[in-house]
Amino acid sequence: MPDTTIAHSFDESHIAQAERSVASHTDSILPVSVTDLAFTADGKRLVYIDRLTLRAGGSTIIMGPNGAGKSLLLRLLHGLIGASEGTVLFNSQPMSARVRRRQAMVFQRPVVLRRSVRANIDYALSAHGYRGLNRRERLRDLLEMGELADMARQRARTLSGGEQQRLALVRAVAASPDLLFLDEPTSSLDPASTHRIEALIRRFAEEGTKIVMVTHDLGQARRLADEIVFMHHGKVTEQTPANVFFDRPSSPAARDFITGGLLV
Amino acid sequence: MHDFASSLSLAVNLILSGDAELWSIVLLSLRVSLTAVAVAAVIGMPVGAALAVGRFAGRRALIVLMNALMGLPPVVVGLMVYLMLSNSGPLGVLQLLYTPTAMIIAQVVLVTPIVAALTRQVVEDIDAEYAEQLRSIGVSRLASVPTLLWDGRTSLLTAVLAGFGRATAEVGAVIIVGGNINHVTRVMTTTIALETSKGNLALALALGAILMLIAISVNAAVGLLGATSERAAHA
Repeated sequence: MPDTTIAHSFDESHIAQAERSVASHTDSILPVSVTDLAFTADGKRLVYIDRLTLRAGGSTIIMGPNGAGKSLLLRLLHGLIGASEGTVLFNSQPMSARVRRRQAMVFQRPVVLRRSVRANIDYALSAHGYRGLNRRERLRDLLEMGELADMARQRARTLSGGEQQRLALVRAVAASPDLLFLDEPTSSLDPASTHRIEALIRRFAEEGTKIVMVTHDLGQARRLADEIVFMHHGKVTEQTPANVFFDRPSSPAARDFITGGLLV
Repeated sequence: MHDFASSLSLAVNLILSGDAELWSIVLLSLRVSLTAVAVAAVIGMPVGAALAVGRFAGRRALIVLMNALMGLPPVVVGLMVYLMLSNSGPLGVLQLLYTPTAMIIAQVVLVTPIVAALTRQVVEDIDAEYAEQLRSIGVSRLASVPTLLWDGRTSLLTAVLAGFGRATAEVGAVIIVGGNINHVTRVMTTTIALETSKGNLALALALGAILMLIAISVNAAVGLLGATSERAAHA
């Protein structure tokens, strides 16, 4: 059963960087530790992860064919759906209001509130307890970060798809989360918009936010990934540094996926 | 045809001359209906929102009941409120029968299910879109209600408008609990019914024209308000 064996060969420098990051943020919610996590619907087990650890720092890209359970795993980790079995611990703590506040998620199709661009960001800042001058300054910074300052008063729903996704991204990082889940954020965007989104993701990662992102785009994974988690049939078959994954994938399913072979 | 033309002419004269009786009826009608709609909105919107976002046993049954109550026959509502407020009824001690307050209560009973059912639909639609995002931001289900109501405000104005339409057009309930007493509980719809039966078409036509004008004006005002609030929300 080689395709169900997790390759836990982490890059040493990556781990060291992660340890430093954790040390500097003693209240960090990282690492994320998953044990025997399962999600079952209509009697069918859609996801089963026996063991998975997401360490601080860098970008972990989750890949795999359609129906592999990638988006489901993201929702389970973020607590949007409840697991049928198993545990997800954030720096040894279960999901709580505090843990929730330290993470965020951006969806494949951006969800923008029926408000202006600035009101969308302001809503998240308010929800996270930002008040007064702090809130105004952070709002200004986020608008600039997302290259949205010129359209701050525009209705968010009149923005293009790429602009809406940039808005969703900067709104997600409004409270500087430790952990950011991204579910195929560029799947419906053109190359120029994708480039700007990737630049933002890189920036967030450089500023210390752990990125956990689902994508089907091999090129994007090569550009962004420090680590790859490969899923097939609801299971993690490989967790390995990105260069190792692309050079020497250990599971047949991952090899087929990279070479464009048909996975069923 | 001649009768109709002369009645129409008299009706126009009544409106333009500022006939005191006519305008007192109009003002009482507006007072009753607007108060009833305001109370119905205060009750109906939270109830509708709670049904939209809440998950509890019996929710489906409540939604079916709420939808069914939208079609409550006004005369039945009038009868029920009459029985409640009559001297032998549980609320008879309040002595509210044949007062504008009794008419407001009857209209609240009629309008609240309309506002609540339409609010539920509006909020449920927005919630389906927002739920995961708001949860991700850390907003609880309960705390999301004001957000959903605010973002659905334009559609909710339509719900209130539908309620107002029901209230102003209603005659069966208010005539039972109000009694159509001159200068006390006589409103536009009950006066139109009474004056038509008496053959006094001039007053009936004048009130009918004003009723139509109010309906059109309120529609226009709500449309304008919706557009203004949209603009303000994006400023």
